[in-house]
Amino acid sequence: MTRTRRPVVAGWFTDDSEEENFRLLGTRCAACASVFFPREDSWCRNPGCPGGGELVETPLSRRGRVWSFTDGRYRPPAPYVSDPNAPWEPYTLVAVELEAEAMVVLGQAAPGVRTADLAIGMEVEVVPGVLNEDDAHIWTTWHWRPAPVHARVREERS
Amino acid sequence: MNDIAVLGAGMHPWGKWGRSFVEYGTAAARAALADAGLSWRDVGSVVGADTVRCGYPGYVAGATFAQALGWQGARVTSVYAACASGAQAVGAARAQILAGLADVVLVVGADSAPKGFFAPAGGERPDDPDWLRFRVLGATNPAYFALYARRRMALHGDTVDDFAQVKVKNAAAGALNPLARYRTAVSAEEVAASAVVADPLRLLDICATSDGGAALVLSSMEFARRHGHPDPVRIRAVSTVTPTYPKAVLDLPDIATDSAVAASPAPHGFRASIARAAYEEAGLGPEDLSLAEVYDLSTALELEWYEDIGLCGAGEGAKLVREGVTALGGRVPVNTSGGLASFGEAVPAQAIAQLCELTWQLRGTAGSRQVPGARAGITANQGLFGHGSAVVAVR
Ligand SMILES: [Zn+2]
Repeated sequence: MTRTRRPVVAGWFTDDSEEENFRLLGTRCAACASVFFPREDSWCRNPGCPGGGELVETPLSRRGRVWSFTDGRYRPPAPYVSDPNAPWEPYTLVAVELEAEAMVVLGQAAPGVRTADLAIGMEVEVVPGVLNEDDAHIWTTWHWRPAPVHARVREERS
Repeated sequence: MNDIAVLGAGMHPWGKWGRSFVEYGTAAARAALADAGLSWRDVGSVVGADTVRCGYPGYVAGATFAQALGWQGARVTSVYAACASGAQAVGAARAQILAGLADVVLVVGADSAPKGFFAPAGGERPDDPDWLRFRVLGATNPAYFALYARRRMALHGDTVDDFAQVKVKNAAAGALNPLARYRTAVSAEEVAASAVVADPLRLLDICATSDGGAALVLSSMEFARRHGHPDPVRIRAVSTVTPTYPKAVLDLPDIATDSAVAASPAPHGFRASIARAAYEEAGLGPEDLSLAEVYDLSTALELEWYEDIGLCGAGEGAKLVREGVTALGGRVPVNTSGGLASFGEAVPAQAIAQLCELTWQLRGTAGSRQVPGARAGITANQGLFGHGSAVVAVR
């Protein structure tokens, strides 16, 4: 049986795009420019908003800087999905400051990224990842990983 | 003056007893009533701080405790605000007393907590931010505490030993409290030798889940005078503020902060605004405090509270614990009860238990952990989803 790739939450990131086009998806209020992630599709939550603005889907910045980070040395409870019979593999969590959106977004780090690989203020980029798999689905998510130096240089030159 | 009187305070000892929360709450209520010298029939209103139960009784804690004590026709209220539930219950009781709806109000909170991490209620609920942070990220409560701790290390130069000193201090106080779950001293070496839960925090940096109960008997000042309490402990302020937009610090259970693109964050963060609202209502400030009880969900978080309740400037929290300012015998002892480090979390009881400790300290009956001449104290905590809570009590 072939398994279907499905985002763990619909509409939070570009589905099945190439790594270089992968983005988190938020919404932006057309009246006050506030950005929301996870996306807010019902109403703008800025109490100072003049109102009447549409909430328009907007891709978030691909790169940001580490606000803080940690890891999970113990298996989290459900609804986190993990195999209770397999030894627990700690994952790393990264909170990332996005400059253009002026917000912090939490996410798991890409597999293999340990807390020792991270520092506050370090540049990271968002990449597509897999959260878990079951018989029918490969559940996709977003991961943060240290931005490669050559990408940073290219960015600075452009 | 909007003061109300604390006539009675009571607790069920905290631990891992494995019995129903009703039993703990009822025992705490009876202890508080006995302390006040009042009978259950004197109570005009009962307010229960709720606990999450898949089944009704915990969600309707007010009536559940009233039934256990024996139906007597009192006004009843049930309040849920996660860790701020107890303070919101006190807020509801105070509003009823000040409005003249009840002379005597019994406030009760109790829980029997699950082992290990707190988890959201069951089911498939992708519209619930608390469910989502577990499903999508596996982000437990300690993970958030660790994010704050790591950031303090980078920003202010705090060390893991500074964090350990908070545990050492609180365990020393808890050893003197017969109601605490953990009653033994802990050394910095023992903290350092405990397992890492979420880097950089270790098992002994993070509070356990516990069973326990706490209750208060509150009344109008006039009722207190008429019933032989000429100089009771008084509650002078109850802060229940929400954050202001944009909330720029990542808080439980959020996956992201508000965007600050359209509006600037307030100069003080959410936790600081909780204490500021209480000080403003009470007409006093941090310089007037004899002691404080704050939510040490993690050791590092206690240092943050020092700054947020105004004991010191931003980034200076570790200095206070290093210098012994917040230890018993220091200038402003914090968590004289032993804190959550010694009690563990019994969510709806916590904010009520903090006020029990202030009551005993302000009466001068806190025994070997007494702060000499205590005149004013603040409690502070924060509930899930932006529930602020701080209470100021004076004598
Ligand atoms: Zn808007």
